[in-house]
Amino acid sequence: MNAIGSRSRVEGREKVTGEARYAVEHPVPGAAYAWVVQSTVAKGEITAFDTADAEALPGVLTVLTPDNAPELAPVSDGELAVLQGRKVSYRGQIVAAVVAETLETAREAARLVRVTYAARRHDVRLTPDHPGRYTPDEAEDGPWQARQGDPEDAFRAAPVRIDCTFTTPAEHNNPMEPHATLAAWDGDALTVHDSNQGPSTVRSTLAKVFELDPARVRVISPHIGGGFGSKGTPRPNVVLAAMAARAVGRPVKLAFTRRQMYALTGYRSPTVQRVRLGAAEDGRLTTIIHESFEQSSTVREFAEESTTPTRVMYRAPNRRTAYHLTRLDVPSTSWMRAPGDAPGMFALESAMDELAVVLGLDPIELRVRNEPDGHPEDGRPFSSRNLVACLREGAARFGWSDRDPTPGVRRVGRRLVGTGVAAATYPVLRSPAQATARANADGSYTVRIAAIDLGTGARTALGLIAAETLKADPAQVTVEIGDSDLPRAGLAGGSAGTAGWGTAVVRACEALLSKLNGHVPPEGVEAAADTTEEVKGQGDEYARHSFGAHFAEVEVDVDTGEIRVPRMLGVFATGRIVNAKAARSQFLGGMIMGLGMALMEESVLDEAFGDHLTADLAQYHIPANADVRDLDAVWLDEHDPHVNPMGTKGIGEIGIVGAAAAITNAVHHATGVRFRTLPLTPPRVLPEL
Amino acid sequence: MRPFAYERAATAEEALARCDEETRYLGGGTNLVDLMRLGVERPARLVDVTRLPHDRIEERSSGALRIGAAVRNSDLTAHPAVRRHHPMLVQAVLSGASGQIRNQATVGGNLLQRTRCSYFQDITKPCNKREPGTGCPAIDGEHHNLAILGHSESCVATHPSDMAVALAALDATVLTRGRGGERAIPLADFYRLPGSHPERDTTLEPGELVTAVEVPPLAMPSRYRKVRERASFAFALVSIAAAADVRDGVVRDCRIALGGVAHRPWRARRAEDHLRGRPLTRENLAGAADQELAAAHPLRDNAYKLRLARNLIVRTLLELGERA
Repeated sequence: MNAIGSRSRVEGREKVTGEARYAVEHPVPGAAYAWVVQSTVAKGEITAFDTADAEALPGVLTVLTPDNAPELAPVSDGELAVLQGRKVSYRGQIVAAVVAETLETAREAARLVRVTYAARRHDVRLTPDHPGRYTPDEAEDGPWQARQGDPEDAFRAAPVRIDCTFTTPAEHNNPMEPHATLAAWDGDALTVHDSNQGPSTVRSTLAKVFELDPARVRVISPHIGGGFGSKGTPRPNVVLAAMAARAVGRPVKLAFTRRQMYALTGYRSPTVQRVRLGAAEDGRLTTIIHESFEQSSTVREFAEESTTPTRVMYRAPNRRTAYHLTRLDVPSTSWMRAPGDAPGMFALESAMDELAVVLGLDPIELRVRNEPDGHPEDGRPFSSRNLVACLREGAARFGWSDRDPTPGVRRVGRRLVGTGVAAATYPVLRSPAQATARANADGSYTVRIAAIDLGTGARTALGLIAAETLKADPAQVTVEIGDSDLPRAGLAGGSAGTAGWGTAVVRACEALLSKLNGHVPPEGVEAAADTTEEVKGQGDEYARHSFGAHFAEVEVDVDTGEIRVPRMLGVFATGRIVNAKAARSQFLGGMIMGLGMALMEESVLDEAFGDHLTADLAQYHIPANADVRDLDAVWLDEHDPHVNPMGTKGIGEIGIVGAAAAITNAVHHATGVRFRTLPLTPPRVLPEL
Repeated sequence: MRPFAYERAATAEEALARCDEETRYLGGGTNLVDLMRLGVERPARLVDVTRLPHDRIEERSSGALRIGAAVRNSDLTAHPAVRRHHPMLVQAVLSGASGQIRNQATVGGNLLQRTRCSYFQDITKPCNKREPGTGCPAIDGEHHNLAILGHSESCVATHPSDMAVALAALDATVLTRGRGGERAIPLADFYRLPGSHPERDTTLEPGELVTAVEVPPLAMPSRYRKVRERASFAFALVSIAAAADVRDGVVRDCRIALGGVAHRPWRARRAEDHLRGRPLTRENLAGAADQELAAAHPLRDNAYKLRLARNLIVRTLLELGERA
């Protein structure tokens, strides 16, 4: 399979030997430690703080509460208004923080802080018909909803109809490295070592919150232990660490615990999704209606946008997609790998499977028959679209042609066996960036950009891109990233990192090549690029999206309801691949997360208390090695001249999109039972067998 | 975390002498240290008992195995005599936790681990087991993996150990040393049902130290089967330790214990009694399971455990019978 290269991570040795430092691991003399106190009510007001016992504990430097915390400048994300008032908006909210000489002292002192609340009745229950439900911009065909033709009439008139409701639970990101910050002030200059998905963004946010000149803020983040979206916006840790460091006049380290992350660092909203499909007898869709009901906290509006992928998938003259939010007294929802696309494509691709079963049509053939010529809403051409090729290639590799479509008839011992397929999609995005490229006198090159490596291999990928442009050996290129003092760049998010940063790296390298005339002086030659105009100037004459297809085989134990996935295959059409080795890893990682979404991941909310109970890795189940068996990911050689100079499309998220539906469709094929509520755990499955 | 003293004892006498009501014995620490971090346990002193001479597995002339309380879980599962005589015990221990945790965890600590009920582990919420008299939010809250048998109005927790379920089926005895001397407590009497005192998991006296577990010989094929929400590294929804002596299609003798269903490993004696002397048929096995589960009181969200337990009894015994 083609790629620019196939290279192990350049910092791999540092990571496996433990040399690589993560945020709070940076050694700094005189560091103090912060620990947060979290609210124990879900809604109300704090009526009193008693910090005397905490302050009396030897080693405690200060106890920060809304009463003594410095005033911060307001920003749009209410989560960053740390200790700015006595109002409690969800259980687990930060209501105080202790700073002490040691981590243990800070933790013990936090326990001694007594907070009295006037609690009010909270509402944490998401229902589709919640009275507080709203649909912003209801009149407009904006991102909240889109409509073509007369979808409801077309549904009533359709010869074949599917009308079903799918439920997905709250799900939490669990990066290995928690959200963590080491903050230090030098006068009015702030330096943070922070775990995030974009140092430039963290810098501008800190500058706003603390009303500083951005040039006086530096964010250093050479290595990140995963984020999956949860570090895409600065979280309260970085604000609180900076606040605490200023309060005690010393560097302060703050790392959330796994349990704290379940309240403080975002999660995927639960969704209730109704999908209606109307089709002719030959399977051609006449209407698609996809609605989603989701939650947001009261401090931060965030929409999961579960119906967005439906807008690009299948041809149908009548169509409507919409999502609705309800503000509840819950912790704030936020980005989690393929926000919207992951739960949305579970619903749509399950419904398509249901339609295939009703029609007696092969599910691949059903999708092929509904393949649009251009964007289903407006007919714009796709810059490239190889969904059908992915389905065909996957069918050949997986052995789909022998499949007997009859559900519930294959049995091996006490296990029912089935196979399933589902499509995947993800938009092609990128953001502007700046970069510099330097030719050094010794023949090596240095590329600098404030990109970030979440663990995906971004540093290595940018090196390959630079080397290709420079026609140099990748070993001759050093890539400097993970520091806000480097040329400004966008987030690692929306699968847009490599595309956005890569564009800037290519342009900087091209500019460097045009400056070089065969001789490099001792001080080297440097060139810079800024892709703001190029990226913002890119027209929307093309619809730009990635596509893919997932295949899964499952075994369902009829006595226990346990589901195992002996085989999974993902086939992707995502433009040009940069680093074959790391790309495969990204696809597989996404697919494994999809397996978790299908079978085990669920953040259980306690309605009486208002918080997520499953707040550790023993209770919030992600796949263990034993759950992951024969897993394979391949890609098509797709050439797309309309996306960016590399021809890449972004691969960080598409691996999870559709993966859960392939598994649950296989479970239907195995058992004849349609499970529409995730995850498919034995307690849910066994009673239906 | 509350500051605490750490001491190492070299002998049982020394450990006992240092133990007061604010002391906890420390084995591998895989549960206790977690609970200390969470604030659930707040001992003033830890007495490390892993250096006591309780780290051996001995074969007695009776054929019984005496397993020291400080034996690491991994060493237990690797021991030739344990592997030869008690596959069910090996399978049970290997189905728990992870390789790293089993390398650290001890037999004594495995027996004495606390429930993983979410409410018990969260000090900001009521829990009768953690703070008697505060209530049990699990009864009306999240309890899909809690008890269906033997629970009370004050507690619906389950015991998390896999090893203890196998030991219950094996009629093991827990050997202890306390201020009153040595005791041999049959496993059936070692664990308690919650009743109105869920804060007490076992019948150990304050300060009493587990020194060993004695496992009598068992001349029947046995196996352990655990159902959970992922393939590894999860607590049981329901598990079963079973052994059966089947000759000419008739059950001569059998042992059945269930995990994940009660405050203690649940020895299914009614099911065993029902089966003894009967042909090993699906029907008889289902009848035996129903006898046992007639006493069950599932909560709102865990009735699935009835069917799961029943299916496990039927299937595991049938599989054992096929081997005979």
